[in-house]
Amino acid sequence: MTELDQKSDGRDTARTRDFARTAPPLPPLQFARWFWRQLTSMRTALLLLLMLALAAIPGSFIPQTKVDPAAVVRFGRAHETLTPIFDRLGLFSVFSSAWFSAIYILLMLSLVGCIVPRTFVYLRALRARPPKAPSRFDRLPASASYETDENSDAVLQRAAAVLRQKRWRVDVDAVAGGSGVVRAEKGYLREAGNLTFHIAAVGVLVAVAIGSLWGYKGSVIVVEGEGFSNTLTQYDDFSAGGLFDASALTPFSLQLDRFDARFEIDGPQQGQPREFEARGSYVPEPGAESAPFDIQVNHPLDVGGSSVFLVGQGYAPVITIRDGEGELVFSGPVPFLPEDASYTSSGVIKVPQSVPEELGFEGFFLPTAVDVNGVPRSAHPAAANPALALFVYAGDLGLGDGLPQSVFALDKRGLTQVRGPDGNPVRLLLQPGDTAAIPGGLGTISFDGVRQFARFQIGHSPAKAIALGAAVLGIAGLMASLFIRPRRAWIRTRRRDGRTLVEVARLDRVSGADLGADVEALVRDLRASSATTEGSATSEGKADT
Amino acid sequence: MSTEQWATLSNNAVAAATVVFGLACIAHLIEWSITRQVSGADTSRAETVGAEIARPARQAVSAGQVGAFDGGQDAQSRRELAGEELGADEERVARFGRLGIALTVLAAACLLVGVVSRGFAAERAPWGNMYEFATLGLLVVVTIYLGLVRFMKAQWLGGIVTGFAVCMLGLAFLAYVPAGPLVPALDSYWLLLHVSAAATAGGAFTIGAGASIFYLLKAKAERETPEDQRTGYLWRLPSSTAIDRLAYRVHAFAFPVWTFAALIAGPIWAEHAWGRYWGWDPKEVWAFITWVVYAGYLHARATAGWRGKGAAIIALIGFATFLFDFIGVNLIASGQHTYSGL
Ligand code: HEM
Repeated sequence: MTELDQKSDGRDTARTRDFARTAPPLPPLQFARWFWRQLTSMRTALLLLLMLALAAIPGSFIPQTKVDPAAVVRFGRAHETLTPIFDRLGLFSVFSSAWFSAIYILLMLSLVGCIVPRTFVYLRALRARPPKAPSRFDRLPASASYETDENSDAVLQRAAAVLRQKRWRVDVDAVAGGSGVVRAEKGYLREAGNLTFHIAAVGVLVAVAIGSLWGYKGSVIVVEGEGFSNTLTQYDDFSAGGLFDASALTPFSLQLDRFDARFEIDGPQQGQPREFEARGSYVPEPGAESAPFDIQVNHPLDVGGSSVFLVGQGYAPVITIRDGEGELVFSGPVPFLPEDASYTSSGVIKVPQSVPEELGFEGFFLPTAVDVNGVPRSAHPAAANPALALFVYAGDLGLGDGLPQSVFALDKRGLTQVRGPDGNPVRLLLQPGDTAAIPGGLGTISFDGVRQFARFQIGHSPAKAIALGAAVLGIAGLMASLFIRPRRAWIRTRRRDGRTLVEVARLDRVSGADLGADVEALVRDLRASSATTEGSATSEGKADT
Repeated sequence: MSTEQWATLSNNAVAAATVVFGLACIAHLIEWSITRQVSGADTSRAETVGAEIARPARQAVSAGQVGAFDGGQDAQSRRELAGEELGADEERVARFGRLGIALTVLAAACLLVGVVSRGFAAERAPWGNMYEFATLGLLVVVTIYLGLVRFMKAQWLGGIVTGFAVCMLGLAFLAYVPAGPLVPALDSYWLLLHVSAAATAGGAFTIGAGASIFYLLKAKAERETPEDQRTGYLWRLPSSTAIDRLAYRVHAFAFPVWTFAALIAGPIWAEHAWGRYWGWDPKEVWAFITWVVYAGYLHARATAGWRGKGAAIIALIGFATFLFDFIGVNLIASGQHTYSGL
């Protein structure tokens, strides 16, 4: 960075040391000023960046509520002592925890505190003329000299022309008596790029914050032939930012007519999914015309600011249940959630109306059932040979106590497993069209057929376009900042023994350039048109100071 | 050709590349070990070009003469400076250096065939899973390296690059999956951009890390070795300043590309596939960490007290986080990215 900042860094440390040694309590204003200078120093920015990286690490090893709530529950069961501690430390929601927020808010403050003064400095620098030449070129990182018979003015004029042609900003100070200096500078856009990048970084963060405060995200399972309307109660799970207003949900509804899934039938990738497609119609708002949709993975449906993404799919066996008195107590498709690549899917059916006892079923749906040593398994994700394997429970489903229950799990506390005459738990194995009697006169269950379901994720994150725009702007600024080099050059002429001594020096405000080569090139350009040359020298010291 | 034939060609080509990289690596190792016996004079000393003011402890390096192993004139001036008869050994060093590079070019060609024919075998762009990402990324590494050899005489990176190539291909075989089409979530143009940019940045990070290691070694040697004991491989490398410059240039190229891969193309694709542009999935967390650490590297180069050594160490940490993102996350953490092939 600039020598200037280096100096101010040095000053800061001196101050810190002073402060620590004598430690008289600073008056508040002075303290505030001291604190602000510390916060906006380059070293603090660096440390905050490294701390941010460090602080993000636990978020990848410890399950996060926002990413995978089920994994958090599993973790809680496995680690009973750790979990409350982790919970208090916010380790299950690292990225919204107080300490993570503290780091990035400090970074933002530091960033703003950095950008504002630098912008003013830059605006002044834009109008400034190239700086004065240092008195001794040999102290500079790279310099060279040669002697020529040309007179000083000719050399200076040509130097100015050569540099101007290469779009340097050039000033010539010719002094009578055969000496003078050309001062030149270029690469002003670098700092502009750097500022753009840092401002864009603030922009991205603000946009992301807006998105998460006012946005929402939810998912819902929709079985073929059924529909969904965008209200809170219809979601299977739903999360929203702190400032989200539920009445602002886009009031659309949709009907899923058909879901197509294609899997690789054979070959080395047998069973890999190839194509998923959900088709149906939607009504953008009540009273509007309905329109067809065709949602695929990577091709969401956009409705009035919300987007409907296809994020999952599976099977929903259609089931009919009659109770012990022959009454129809259940009829319809039940989504079973896929658990592995062959779509072995698990699910439960709850039948609170049945008499004499409430019934619960728990088990697996197998799209391509095969028998592996007496255990039914699924061999392929396509529904080629569907089967349903269920255990039966009877008793009290626990739905009466008003506590919310997952539709994908049975609360077995009030239930007993139904056993056959041999005392073993009953396992019903059904294929489409089959009906089985539940032992003990509890009723019958029929497996009527299979439908597919789609899991849609519906969400809206405002300021998405702003975040993207800022990110793109940021990259443009970054590239300007990294690839444009702010450069300074001086060319000085002096009379020596009746000839003209030409000295050339370069100094960069940022490291990374091969200054020696630059100086050589410059000398070559200068001498290109003058044939009378003698004795030249190049030197480069530590270019990266 | 049928897709099966393409697949076979691809597998054979990648296997051949592995073997040839191994040979190239051996050639460079021999080059190193002979160099240790040769009392090679400090090239950086040899390259001081008639400076007007002799400053003590200055590492003067001129462009175009940095670390030339095989330049006749260079060897000449070295010999004169060191005042030693190096003749035959010097020749052998140079021969093994050239052999290493020739083998690397051959291996790169095999790898290119492997990657391209993999694309024909799978009938899509060949970067849909970890195996393909590794082979593609390595192709980028080697291409950048050979470019640097051609234009910046960076053959001193040879041993480390070819060694890395062998390790990486070994790991890639562990992650091998047969060529085939992609699962629907991976079927997206943004994924193509995302992965190719990530591979490019990763390739450059690799070269940058190699250069940073050499920088640390050379800078330490320059600080600690007395002038008269400067013999051996390190002293044939360019000055630490020149190495640092190369490392910076490579990183400065890689960082915006990584920014694009991880913070633009990736989120756009994630938005299309999963309905959210950023979800703190472990892969995303580590991509973010990598990005932040490399931003730290660029900052460190501009922060008093952190230039040089501090910055180089941060760059190496950055590379470690990149490797972890690419390999470790798939192995240990579970997330939405994990179904991409391992
Ligand atoms: C969100 C946090 C930040 C990120 C991601 C970030 C990133 C970067 C990057 C990538 C560069 C390299 C560009 C280049 O070399 O020209 C850079 C340069 C710079 N940053 Fe930051 N930065 C952040 C915060 C800050 C803060 C808080 C400050 C104020 C102290 C700051 C001051 C600078 C300066 C002065 C440079 C120019 C360095 C040079 O001249 O080489 N940055 N920053």
